[in-house]
Amino acid sequence: MNNVFVYCEMEDQRIADVSLEIISRGRALANEIDVKLEVICLGHKLNGVEKELFEYGVEIVHKADDKCLNPYLTMPHASLVATIFEKEKPRIGLFGATSVGRDLAPRIASKLKCGLTADCTELVIGDYLDRKTKQTYQDLLLQRRPAFGGNIIATIVTPDTLPQLATVREGVMKKEKVANPRKGKVKTYNPEEFLDQSDLVVKVIERHIEENKLNIKNSSIIVAGGYGVGSKENFEILFELADTLGGDVGGSRAAVDAGFIGRERQIGQTGITVRPKLYIACGISGQIQHRAGMENSAMIISINNDAEAPINKIADYVIIGDLNKVVPQMIKSYKENIA
Amino acid sequence: MKGLKIIVLAKQVPDTRNVGKDAMKADGTVNRSALPAIFNPEDLQALEQALRIKDQIPETTVTTITMGPVRAANIIREALYRGADDGVLITDRRFAGSDTLATSYALSLAAKKIGKFDLIVCGRQAIDGDTAQVGPQVAEKLGIPQVTYVEEILEVNKKKITVKRRLENGVETLVAPYPLLLTVHGSAPECRSRNAKLLMKFKHACTPAELVREAEDYLRLHDLHDYLDITEWNVDDLNADLTWLGLKGSPTKVQRVENIVFTVKESIQVKPDKEGIDGLMKELIAHHNVG
Ligand SMILES: Cc1cc2nc3c(=O)[nH]c(=O)nc-3n(C[C@H](O)[C@H](O)[C@H](O)COP(=O)(O)OP(=O)(O)OC[C@H]3O[C@@H](n4cnc5c(N)ncnc54)[C@H](O)[C@@H]3O)c2cc1C
Ligand SMILES: Cc1cc2nc3c(=O)[nH]c(=O)nc-3n(C[C@H](O)[C@H](O)[C@H](O)COP(=O)(O)OP(=O)(O)OC[C@H]3O[C@@H](n4cnc5c(N)ncnc54)[C@H](O)[C@@H]3O)c2cc1C
Repeated sequence: MNNVFVYCEMEDQRIADVSLEIISRGRALANEIDVKLEVICLGHKLNGVEKELFEYGVEIVHKADDKCLNPYLTMPHASLVATIFEKEKPRIGLFGATSVGRDLAPRIASKLKCGLTADCTELVIGDYLDRKTKQTYQDLLLQRRPAFGGNIIATIVTPDTLPQLATVREGVMKKEKVANPRKGKVKTYNPEEFLDQSDLVVKVIERHIEENKLNIKNSSIIVAGGYGVGSKENFEILFELADTLGGDVGGSRAAVDAGFIGRERQIGQTGITVRPKLYIACGISGQIQHRAGMENSAMIISINNDAEAPINKIADYVIIGDLNKVVPQMIKSYKENIA
Repeated sequence: MKGLKIIVLAKQVPDTRNVGKDAMKADGTVNRSALPAIFNPEDLQALEQALRIKDQIPETTVTTITMGPVRAANIIREALYRGADDGVLITDRRFAGSDTLATSYALSLAAKKIGKFDLIVCGRQAIDGDTAQVGPQVAEKLGIPQVTYVEEILEVNKKKITVKRRLENGVETLVAPYPLLLTVHGSAPECRSRNAKLLMKFKHACTPAELVREAEDYLRLHDLHDYLDITEWNVDDLNADLTWLGLKGSPTKVQRVENIVFTVKESIQVKPDKEGIDGLMKELIAHHNVG
């Protein structure tokens, strides 16, 4: 009762990165309010997932293993998660802000008539003073999230209803194993007992998932190109720079929309969030939705032929010039100067 | 047998996408009230999907529901200009301050009042609240299944619909019977433009509240043509339980809002020539930023 729960998203037999990130954060939150960390894991052929989850400090794994739970479908997952929540009465429930989590969590919140905060980038424990009633609530989950197209950051609380639910953006929290992992408990559920026919009316008839998912998120060097790169062909030179420096290539939404580069490489509010050691922005103007996904990079270099481009204001180094000349020169200079 | 009965949920939103100079305050933050009110982009794309079904299946009807202030009636008109059959404005002070749970409660009551629908089509996400929660919450309140992030309708008939869904790293094809709720993703096709004939026909469509302000001859026009009346429902029309509405019915509270200030870093200018770039690369290598 009253514990921290995380819904663990499965990509077939693998635990999604975003879930491990949230579980790591969940561990810290549970420590702070002195409760247990529990995880719900639904899928098929889940043999041994608990072992990995225990390494992240999970104490109880609620598990259901059945064909009807993989691939993910809204209704069976929602029915099971809601049933478990109704029984276990969590204090906090966290989901990834992914196409799965943002599909599932609102359904649960509506069913349990509780609050849900979307797309959080920060979760901390703190107090809340209701100015109208002068009542202070202690140890609430303070949920910070960007809204208004990224132009504001709101802190949202859910003082009166439990559980406090939130979806959490991928890439903003750090995945961390615990120092002294312990073997926890596993509770298994038989979906047949909880689901009825009406939960199974929607059917997946085909799935096409790109296999080796790019791992730009974990790259320490990112060369990103924007609409200013001009064409798919011109992106070649960015790939060459990334190869030379041992990094990966990302892009702005305008570059993705123009077909210069694949959507899986989009950085920003509606793409991935990255925080590399070095971010080289080539021909990117730096609109707020793009900056949301990269402004925490340790070092930013901007290459832009417009001195007024907003990206220059958050860059450590600014090169005003044509990227088609600057980038090749960077490759050359690097090769000449590296020992 | 009749065609499908489709409801489109559409929201009027401030245009947060292109914040121009006139919407910036001196302190470098956005002046939200200076942003123009527009049809939420993904809701227009949702409308397009509904209209495509109407194009394919005869006798299909499309009804737009929007909840907001009186001026949100513009959304209903914009939908009529593009081919929707009618619309409902839900408006009442008592809805103010609703979070997504309360919003979805109100919208679900309106859908129930309309009744016997086959399909509800929403946008994935509104560009002001940015939550993408209202669609799934409405579906749950109506006890119907949902398919979110729809990019394309592959096949549709009177019994079931097959759609393509956009995921982070791929696509999925699903088939579902009615009643069903869909949320439409930004990668779906853009909406058709206004139709000149429909624009002429519905130009003077308005809600009862707007009609009061209209001139005499418009009132006569409205007496002649029922299609010019936009339905308006308040809390009482929906028989809504006040405990689930407005601030009171909203479990989430905004504790604090921080405007993003455009902070300026001290940046170093590098000359775009061999010398400048050589210097930069040497520095990066020396500080182990690369290599
Ligand atoms: C809800 C919403 C979500 C969004 N999500 C994202 C997101 O996740 N990620 C994202 O990136 N955007 C996102 N956007 C879009 C964002 O607002 C911008 O439109 C986009 O980031 C612009 O991309 P860009 O900088 O590549 O293009 P532009 O703004 O067109 O900038 C191109 C730049 O290239 C420079 N340039 C041109 N030629 C050259 C040259 N030869 N050499 C050097 N420089 C050159 C120009 O000076 C200019 O600064 C979102 C928008 C909305 C409304
Ligand atoms: C800064 C800020 C942060 C917020 N954060 C949260 C939060 O984390 N959790 C929360 O529960 N609420 C939150 N809210 C409140 C929320 O924005 C409102 O409840 C809003 O009315 C609906 O949410 P949305 O704009 O996110 O819509 P979304 O859920 O993104 O909308 C999805 C779709 O639902 C339909 N729809 C939504 N609203 C309407 C409408 N009024 N009329 C017709 N169709 C509609 C449209 O088809 C739309 O595309 C926040 C509000 C602000 C100002």
